[in-house]
Formats: sequence, structure tokens, C-alpha cells
Amino acid sequence: MRYAEQGFNLEIDLSRGNIEKVATDPRDTEAYLGGLGTNAKILWDRVPPEIEPFSPDNLLIFSAGLLVGTAAPSANRTIVSTISPQTNLMAFSMAGGFFAAELKHSGYDKVILRGKSPDWVYLWIHNGKVELRDASHLQGKGCYETAELIKQELKDPKAQVASIGLAGENRVYFASIEVEKSSCSRLGVGAIMGDKRIKAVAVRGTKDVNVAKPAEYFELCTTMLESMRHRLDNPLPGFDAMLATLGPQALSHSDDGFHIDNFAWGNARERKKGHWTKEYGEKWESDQLQSMERHISCYNCPVKCGGIIKHPTLGRFPMKCYSKLTYPMAAYADLDFGFRMIGIAQEHGVDGYTAPQVMAFAVELYEDGILTDEDMPGFPSDNEERHFWLMEKIVRREGIGEVLADGVYWAARRIGKGAEVYDHNTIKKNEQMFIKLGTLNPMYYLLYATGEKLTITQIEGGVPQAPLAPEDRKAYVKDWVQIPTGKEERFKQFVLEWGDEGKKAPFWPDTDLLNELVEWQEAMHYIDDATGVCAGVSSFMPKPPYHIHNYPLMLSAATGIDFDEDKLWKLAARNRNLVRAINIRRGLKKEDEHPPDDHWKKRFPEFEAELLDNYYKFKRWNDQGVPTREYLHELDLDYVGEDLEQRGFLKSVEEAEA
Amino acid sequence: MKKVKTIKIDVDLCNGCRACEVACSAFHAEPKYSSTNPEKSNIRVLFDVKRNLYIPVMAGEYTDAECMGRDQYIIDGTEYDECTFCRASCPARDVFKDPDSGLPLKCDMCEEEPPLEEPLCVKWCITDALTYVEREEEEEEEEKLDDVEIGLEALANKHGMKKITDTLARLSMSKKGEYV
Repeated sequence: MRYAEQGFNLEIDLSRGNIEKVATDPRDTEAYLGGLGTNAKILWDRVPPEIEPFSPDNLLIFSAGLLVGTAAPSANRTIVSTISPQTNLMAFSMAGGFFAAELKHSGYDKVILRGKSPDWVYLWIHNGKVELRDASHLQGKGCYETAELIKQELKDPKAQVASIGLAGENRVYFASIEVEKSSCSRLGVGAIMGDKRIKAVAVRGTKDVNVAKPAEYFELCTTMLESMRHRLDNPLPGFDAMLATLGPQALSHSDDGFHIDNFAWGNARERKKGHWTKEYGEKWESDQLQSMERHISCYNCPVKCGGIIKHPTLGRFPMKCYSKLTYPMAAYADLDFGFRMIGIAQEHGVDGYTAPQVMAFAVELYEDGILTDEDMPGFPSDNEERHFWLMEKIVRREGIGEVLADGVYWAARRIGKGAEVYDHNTIKKNEQMFIKLGTLNPMYYLLYATGEKLTITQIEGGVPQAPLAPEDRKAYVKDWVQIPTGKEERFKQFVLEWGDEGKKAPFWPDTDLLNELVEWQEAMHYIDDATGVCAGVSSFMPKPPYHIHNYPLMLSAATGIDFDEDKLWKLAARNRNLVRAINIRRGLKKEDEHPPDDHWKKRFPEFEAELLDNYYKFKRWNDQGVPTREYLHELDLDYVGEDLEQRGFLKSVEEAEA
Repeated sequence: MKKVKTIKIDVDLCNGCRACEVACSAFHAEPKYSSTNPEKSNIRVLFDVKRNLYIPVMAGEYTDAECMGRDQYIIDGTEYDECTFCRASCPARDVFKDPDSGLPLKCDMCEEEPPLEEPLCVKWCITDALTYVEREEEEEEEEKLDDVEIGLEALANKHGMKKITDTLARLSMSKKGEYV
């Protein structure tokens, strides 16, 4: 019997309509866990770099994380992996909600879609019954609308549905896959789904998910839940409400002063210090209270990051926290505008990170005369209306929307006429968080530059985002049990000193410590993405309930495979380097590892180059950022090393000696 | 005095996470905690996002026939589904039936020796939508019925008293001498 996982994937060939249930290799579980790890292995094995994102041979993988469907609190993530149409690199996109647990209970760990359907279809998985059904009547429908219609059609209100809207159908490069209250938003996974002409995946499962050591595992899960309660009841001193408990808690609090004053408005352009006045805050709060009807959570998670919005004009819809700030700030508008826009954006299925920036970019080009009325006939004069207008054009790829639908990087190059310089907030062709700061922060420089995931909140965490106030430092490090073995004293010392005179960015801390802090933050995300545990109770949070010391216990008890800290650390490195190898093979270059020029006002190009070189060395990558043969060998990734050598990304042993 | 065990359900606090279903199904798995499966849980969160309905319901008695007619509640302007608050495992809907055997499920308040402090769904509901209350209640002394009376009462309920007396009369006539 397989434990924690079901041991079967569904392989769907959309071109031929063929459906197969395929047993998986338990050795892969021990080597990569599941979720993102095993997704990466499949993409490495089956999608060589010649395959274009919109090729029928590109795969679209829906995976439940390894612990999803067990009693592990907050293990509920659906990990969708494919090749991104925007970056041509591996796409990272994950969602919470209820889809992954339902998939697991239907008897499968993954659904692997390949080919292209001749007509619009949706996939219906009900335990052993799996079928492709006609979706011609769903074409043009919104994501939530589609989910509702499918549930009615199947007469199964408990079915969980992952669907695309107009944006996915029209292959918008930042189209999301919505999974009812959560969404796989980043890097255009919805466009790949649309390209394959699959409108939705609906799933319903009533099978057990078994664990290897029942009493021990349940005890660990109960302890985990108790530590979550402790963290929820005891906000960390010195952290703003968004991060002080577990979360992020954007929908539980209306105190968004920090973000309003410090994040950049418009096309990631300007910070408006002091914008958060008492009056502004009151209006913001009343907008929130007027629309927030209930705080909701994902499967088996006590943290209420989501909300049900009941808006006077749009009715009810659920949302996650993130887009609360992105739409209002990009549009120089208020929270009520945000809610109205989110309701529409979620039906269309677009990334709440990228879409607002693309629209702000277009508005800026228009105001500066690069885009004109000729390019945008009928463009309204009212600010809010402009954004609604742009949204509708983009998701239909109509008029200027045809160009904007490719995202800022590609749109700027298609528009030309100097539009390229307005693309100032992308890295590796992908829109970044709308933050513009003062002095280079070396830790964040490395996280941004080398992060494969391109979304900073999916790379950072564990270490406080900024120096703590002196009075809060001692309390913070007192029971900081999350630090990896052997690094306790140095990491604690870092937090105790960071911000003191002479111990500030950019030339502090020393390179070794810096590299270790960066690696630790990233490694924890790679573990979460394989287990399906939400970063909001783990890798993204300061002092989280899940950490490198209790994870091995849980994984061992759940799977029956022995894990310890070292083995898990190595596994995280294996997954991380496998992903990097996929991207290297697809053309990722050292010069791409460069945060936006204006991310910080004060930059230090030579020092930054040194930082990057040192980090590469520390990671045991060569001077071009390619994992070395020896290191890949140690990670049991010889098959990767051989391939990279054959393709000329690594020198052969003989060449190296010569 | 008898003990009344109550799970208080504050539907306003329910976040719809279904941790109660996870914990319940693990507790009742064989062997205990060996698996999870919400479909086998004796508590389900019945929800409908579109109408902001989040209602945890514990499985109650099995019934082999659905009700004649249905009720619909409107509370504070929210219209609740027919059967929303009903705990029965009933042919009218597909909750509270074991997915493998089809047998009805029923909440047992996690009875075990030694007893738990509170049912596991309550323990796992750290948003406090579920809380556990135990209270003592005066028990009215009921007259104890013997087996024959219980059997006859059931027959009378099903067929009516007249039918029973008629049958008894006919039996005593036709089978005269066969019974002592």
C-alpha cells in the first residue's frame, strides 16, 4: 500500500481523447516527495527544451502536494506546472482551496494533460470514472460561472472545479486557473490550459488517503494545529498586522498603512509617503467592512486568509488576500474599486499580480503619448473606467488588448516607440511586486536575482523582511526553533544586530551568512511546494509552525519512508537544482538574473556582481550559474548532468581537464 | 439526572475549512487515525459560497423515508436550503452514507475509554465555530415497558390498534388450543 500518496497519476491525451491511470514509482517519492518536486521530474523527462509552450507536447500538470488529503493542517495546495508562455521557463503556480484534497480522494496524485483537444472539453474525474465532456456551451463563460454550471450539470455540488475564463481561452500570457476562492495565477498557466482547449477540470473523490504510522502521525498533526493556534493567538511583536500571526492577513485587517505608504503606485512608479492619513484609513476600513461578509479558509486550515465579498453591484464572490492592494494601487484608486475589479478579474481569470501592472503600464503609455487614441479607439477619460475598459480588451485580445495580453515585457517590445523603458519592473520577462526602495538590500538582491519562481513572496520568508526594532529582537530570537541545525547562533546573532550602526545594508552581513540566509529561505519554499503545505503557515512566515525540524517527523510518519533533517535538506536542494536545470536548458542566462534597475535607488553594480558570483559558488554552480557535474552527482542527478553536458551547458570532464 | 452532550455550532464563525471532517474521519478510521476521508465523516460542513451558507451538521438518525414536504428557513434575509439543518442520513440527499458500503453514518460524540475531553471535531475547530457543552438534565421517570408491550406497541404504531385486536381475535379463534 502507498501512504500519504495514492500512487497513481492520470494521463490524459487531449488530442486523442485517451485516458490512462498510471502507477507511479515510490522511489520518486523518496527522492522528490511530490507536488512540485515530482512535477519537475516529469517536465525534465518529458518536455525537452525544443518544446514550445504552446506545443501540444508541452504538459500541463495538476498535482496535489504529498501531504494533501492527510490530516496535516494547511496541506491543501494544488501545484500546477508547465512551461510558461511568458518566460519560456518552468512555470510556478500554486493554489490553495479544496481542489487538491478532492483530487487525492479521487485516487490520484496528479493529472497530466498533454496534446490539444480538437474541441472545447472539460475533464470530469469521479473516483474510477474519468471522462472528457463537451464544453462548447461553456466557452466564453467566467471561471466561477463555469464551475457553477459544471456542478449543476453533474448534479454534484461537492465537485471541485479548476477552470479558466476568457483570459485563458484567449491565451493571455497572465491568465490564471481559478480554483474556487484561490487561483493558480502566475506565469500564464491558464493560457496553456486554453491552448489545450480544456475549459475545466472537475473532480470528486470519496476514497481514503492512508498514512503509515497512524497514531504517531495524528499526534504530530494535532501538535501542529496547537502551534498554529498559539501563533494566531500571539501576534509577534514588531511585525505589522499582515505578518504578525499567520497568513498573510490582508483581509482580516484593514490597517494597510504600511503598504499604502511604502509600496509603489501606478506602473510601480511612486511611493506616496504619508498618503495613509486618518481620513484615508477610515474610508479604506469602511470600504472593507462594507464588503467583507465572512473570513474563510482553505481545506483543513484554521488561518482565515480568504474572504467572501458581498458587493452592492457584483453580488457575492470569494477572494484571497493578495489582489486587495494590487488593483487599487496600480490604478490610483480606492479599495471599493479594488473589490469591483477583483470580482470581474476573477471571472475572467487573470493574475492579480500582473494584470494591474499591465493596465497601469498602458495608462502610462497613453498619458505619455506613446499609445494614442488611434491605438485605443474609445479609451475612456475616467480613470476607473479606463481600467475596466482595458481589462475587457485584454481578456478578449481585442484591439490594444491583443498586444497587452502578452504582458509588459513583450507588449513594450511590440509597441516600440520607446515603450521599452516603461518596462521597468520585470525580471526574466515577468512582472514583479510593486516595490521600489532606497538602498540595495543584498539578501533581497540574491532572492530576486536567482529565484526561479519569480514571485518574491514564494521565495522569501523565515528571516524578518527588515531589521527589527531593538526592543523586539531578543523576544524574536528567544524561541526561534525554526533555524537549521548548526546555524542557530549565527542566525540569531544576525537578527540581534541587524540595523545597528555599521550593520546595515548593503555591505552587511558577510557573504557566507548572507548566502546561508538566502538558501534557507528558498529551501523551505521548495519543501512546502512538494508537500503541498501553504507557505502562509510555513516558508513565507516569520517563526512558522512548519519547519525543518518537525517536517521530517511528519513526512516519515505519513509516508513510512525515513526522513531526517539532512535528507530533507538534500531533497530540497535536489528539487531546486532540477528546476534550475530545466530553466538552464531552456535558455536561462546569468544576465537574466538581474532585479529591475530601479528596484533600489542606490545600486552598487560591482558589488552586486560579486554577490552573485559568490552565491553561485556557494550554491556549487559554475560561473554561469549552471549546477556543476560533481554537485549534480551528489544530488543523485547524474542524468541531469549528462544532459547538460551533452547540450553544451556544462563542460565534460575531459574538456574541463584540458 | 442524565448527561446531555451538546456541540454548539456558531455558523457565523465557521470558516469552511472542513478540519472537523478530517479529524472525524481519522478518529473513526480502522485502525484509528490510519486514514482520512471527509466522505466518511460524521460531520459535514454544508456550504454554498454564493449564499454565504456555512453550516456544520452532525450526522443523526438514519431514516429510510424522506419527509413528506420540506421546510425552508429564512433567517435575517438569508434563505437556507431545505434540509440544511437536518441531521438525518436520508434517501433525499447524499450525505452521511459510507461511500464504500452505503451504510448510514451517525455521530457518536467520539465516545471512547478513557473519554476524550471533547469530541475531536470540536478540538480541531480552533476557529471556535464548534464548542462542546455538557450539562445535566432532569430525567422524567418513565414507566418501563416489557418486551411484549414494546413489540405490540411497535405493531400498533405500524398497523393500528384495531388491526392488532382483530388479528388477535382471529388468531385465538382459528388456532384454538395451539397456544397455552
